[in-house]
Amino acid sequence: MKFGIVVFPGTWSDRDTHHAVSGVLGQDAEYIWHGDEKLDQFDAIVLPGGFSYGDFLRCGAIARFSPVMEAVTAFAERGGPVIGICNGFQVLCESGLLPGVLMRNDHLEFRCIWTDLRVENSSTIFTSASIEGQTLHIPMSHGEGNYQADADTIKRLEDNGQVVFRYADANGNVTPDINPNGSINNIAGIVNERGNVLGMMPHPEKACEKLIGGDDGNVIFTSIIDNFVQAVV
Amino acid sequence: MTVSQETLDEIALSRAEYEAIVDRLGREPGPLELGLFGALWSEHCGYKHTKALLRTLPSSSERILVAPGAENAGVIDLGDGLAIAMKVESHNHPSAVEPFEGAATGVGGIIRDIFAMGARPIALLNSLRFGQPSDARTRYLLNGVIGGISSYGNCIGIPDVGGEIFFSDTYKGNPLVNAMCVGLIENGKMASASAREPGDLLLLVGADTGRDGIHGASGLASRTFEEQAEMRSAVQVGNPFLEKVLIEACIEALDLPGVVGLQDCGAAGITSAAIEMAERSVMGLKLFVDRVPRREEGMTPYEVMLSESQERMLLAVTAGTESEVFDLFDKWDLDATVIGEFEAGEDVRIFDNGMMVSSTPIITLTDAPRYEFSTPKPDWLTTLQNAELTVVPMPDTTAAEMLLKMLSAPNIASKFPVYRQYDYHVQTNTVIEPGGDAAVLRLKGTKRGIALTTDCNGRICYLDPEVGTAIAVAEACRNLSVTGAEPVALTDGLNFGNPETPDVQFQLTEAIAGMTRAANAFGIPIVSGNASLYNETAGAAIFPTPIIGALGVLDDVEKHSTVGFKAENDVIVLLGSDSAWDTTDGLAGSEYLEFVHGRVEGQPALDLDLEVRVQTVCRDAVRAGLVASAHDLSDGGMATALAECAIIGNIGASVTESPDAGGRWDAAMFGEAQSRILLSVSPDNLDRIKALAHDHDVPLAVIGLVGGDALSFGDNCSVLLSDASDAWKNGFSRATSDRD
Repeated sequence: MKFGIVVFPGTWSDRDTHHAVSGVLGQDAEYIWHGDEKLDQFDAIVLPGGFSYGDFLRCGAIARFSPVMEAVTAFAERGGPVIGICNGFQVLCESGLLPGVLMRNDHLEFRCIWTDLRVENSSTIFTSASIEGQTLHIPMSHGEGNYQADADTIKRLEDNGQVVFRYADANGNVTPDINPNGSINNIAGIVNERGNVLGMMPHPEKACEKLIGGDDGNVIFTSIIDNFVQAVV
Repeated sequence: MTVSQETLDEIALSRAEYEAIVDRLGREPGPLELGLFGALWSEHCGYKHTKALLRTLPSSSERILVAPGAENAGVIDLGDGLAIAMKVESHNHPSAVEPFEGAATGVGGIIRDIFAMGARPIALLNSLRFGQPSDARTRYLLNGVIGGISSYGNCIGIPDVGGEIFFSDTYKGNPLVNAMCVGLIENGKMASASAREPGDLLLLVGADTGRDGIHGASGLASRTFEEQAEMRSAVQVGNPFLEKVLIEACIEALDLPGVVGLQDCGAAGITSAAIEMAERSVMGLKLFVDRVPRREEGMTPYEVMLSESQERMLLAVTAGTESEVFDLFDKWDLDATVIGEFEAGEDVRIFDNGMMVSSTPIITLTDAPRYEFSTPKPDWLTTLQNAELTVVPMPDTTAAEMLLKMLSAPNIASKFPVYRQYDYHVQTNTVIEPGGDAAVLRLKGTKRGIALTTDCNGRICYLDPEVGTAIAVAEACRNLSVTGAEPVALTDGLNFGNPETPDVQFQLTEAIAGMTRAANAFGIPIVSGNASLYNETAGAAIFPTPIIGALGVLDDVEKHSTVGFKAENDVIVLLGSDSAWDTTDGLAGSEYLEFVHGRVEGQPALDLDLEVRVQTVCRDAVRAGLVASAHDLSDGGMATALAECAIIGNIGASVTESPDAGGRWDAAMFGEAQSRILLSVSPDNLDRIKALAHDHDVPLAVIGLVGGDALSFGDNCSVLLSDASDAWKNGFSRATSDRD
């Protein structure tokens, strides 16, 4: 299958994502410049991490107005799989493709650490290669990953199984102590109601090989690939 | 003589230097011209006090592709079309005035030096020095510097993989902020900062030019610094987003056949960058100063030429191909402007709206005066070196209490609270993360890896600049060797006091001698360097701090070693010594002596021959897969090194013999004798390790076992691993949190 990787001028996880999906998992992957508007040739879109247009305002607030985001929105509306990682998650929230906002980390510092993510819903196209309740060891690297939304939205997300990942300890216990940024209910990743748009703060593309600390991130890309293959068959 | 003392003070030139300029030109310089001399004859650009010494450093190696000083950074060949560009740069004075922007732009500046070589930056390291964190202003500086590095570095997608933070009173008024950047050049695509032929165009790309940073090189960096708040305007403000875009655009531009040269616009701005390019190209240069895009109105040619606005680069472009270059930069929404033209001749001619405003022979500008040094050893140093260490009072605590105290010392405690604020994963090459002895990165598409570290113990260099600098080299290499990497190249960041004083001249001379001796012992070159002088407050110089950046290579990156103990019943082996514990000699210049007793004294020692052999044995053992863990002994000696291995591995350890050095458990535990490496090995491999050590005539001691939930040293020291872990992991945060 063919992944499209969106590149804003300040994106820096584009090459890492390319390496994970193409170099490690052997899929086709191409970069999409932020001025491009045509995404027909792609089977899945990744909005990688970085600082889009510098993020001098709220993260992703300018990126939502880019030509490519109009195309990504249309792609998502057609049911195509879209995954926003870190800054990509912020852009998806700003674009209205996902509910909620990502605020400054509650301790006000940038955090680059390994996290353990408990899989809360293994029936999505992004997690089908995992087992519910399992933890994935994946690093995060952000200053604004504190996910918040109004109470009704959070209730809806929780009731619908749209909370896909939560920050947990290595044994899967979700506690306030382990929360690295203050996000509500330890939320690390959510999907939209239709289940084809995932936003997550930690970086699965940075956990793609044992040599660099682990390959649990591949579970997410492998799930997308498996579901695509099944859909085609 | 028409020039006023005030004018000379502003550009930090002496009256004698002014007279030398008049003599060389055969006339008085014009005001703009004088500004050019001030910048290029500054210590920062002209290396007046260090050039003669730096020439003596070993720079020959089959691996060297670009010699020190020849380009923006030194380049070392790794074979297979891969090469590494590396350099350290200081931003000490800007960081003392405005810590956030000073540190941020320091990072930005060194990155530009690296991608100017055509290298994609793949790693950053930071070597930082501050006063004691109990001081409120020091904590302000510390937080500002870390914030600036974090803010700038995290935005541009270069992993920050290592470095050091060291506290000592000597740096209180004059912190050190040195940044090292390492770049990878692929397919032999190295760039040069020169034009190819007369007629080539000079393009300025990136940010507009403002009034920021004027006199940065001549003012802040080249005279003693007295915390003058009015110098804040000489600190530049950085924009990491622009830098990120500039990196991508410049690396892409190097693929255009018409782009023949790339140069960083750093200290002394366009003046230094353009004139150095012309000098390197052996050509003259016409500069059209009115064409430089400006951030504000009414700037004079003098201000434009000396501005240190950040995120600007110069390109040499073949005439007629510039439209391709404009298109490329336009894609990245960056300005590119033709601001000059290389020409046959020897002069730099500056034009403003069609009028020539100055014309100066380039050689007179770039050939700054060189000063000879006097080198008598100061008497005060002899007194310090001869101090009797056996009379240091014994502490009135138990050995166990002292171990916990030492583990929580700001210089020893884990720096994780700092480096978790830096992105060290981006580019997905990080095999050993910050917190090990050296960072290890894999090189994608090969089996190989590189190891990186910075090192320098200023306290030891103060007590003996020659031996101390040799130790800095030895320790940097030891940090590489414990991962299994072979040291291949060094870079230096020289941080010293006022070079016009005899003591600093002695320190500089000795430090360079020690660096040379040690680099020769390892058979590796120094590929690049940076000098930051005039680091003093109120007439007191900092400890001489020649920071050493080191690069090592692992042929098979899978075969590396890490710090933490791995398994119960592994045997703990000390390489480089035939007994577990140190002697009182090891107290010289030790962390224990300063942190606990407030003393900086004694004679540091290093047996370079032994050092090289110890490291060889360690690397061979790691490569042969005989080693479960490896950690070098440095600050805090044997006891803290062993505790670190246990804490990181989350498993206890016991040493059979009780720490004792002629009645002193403190010296035994915390002495810092060099050339020691702590290994843990499976019992099955012990004989092979012993044989390896024997073959290389390296002493070795089998000292204990891994296992349990405590650290126990003979019968007189036992500490729960959880307590040791708490002290080491939280010591830094406790010492640096605001309490007053």
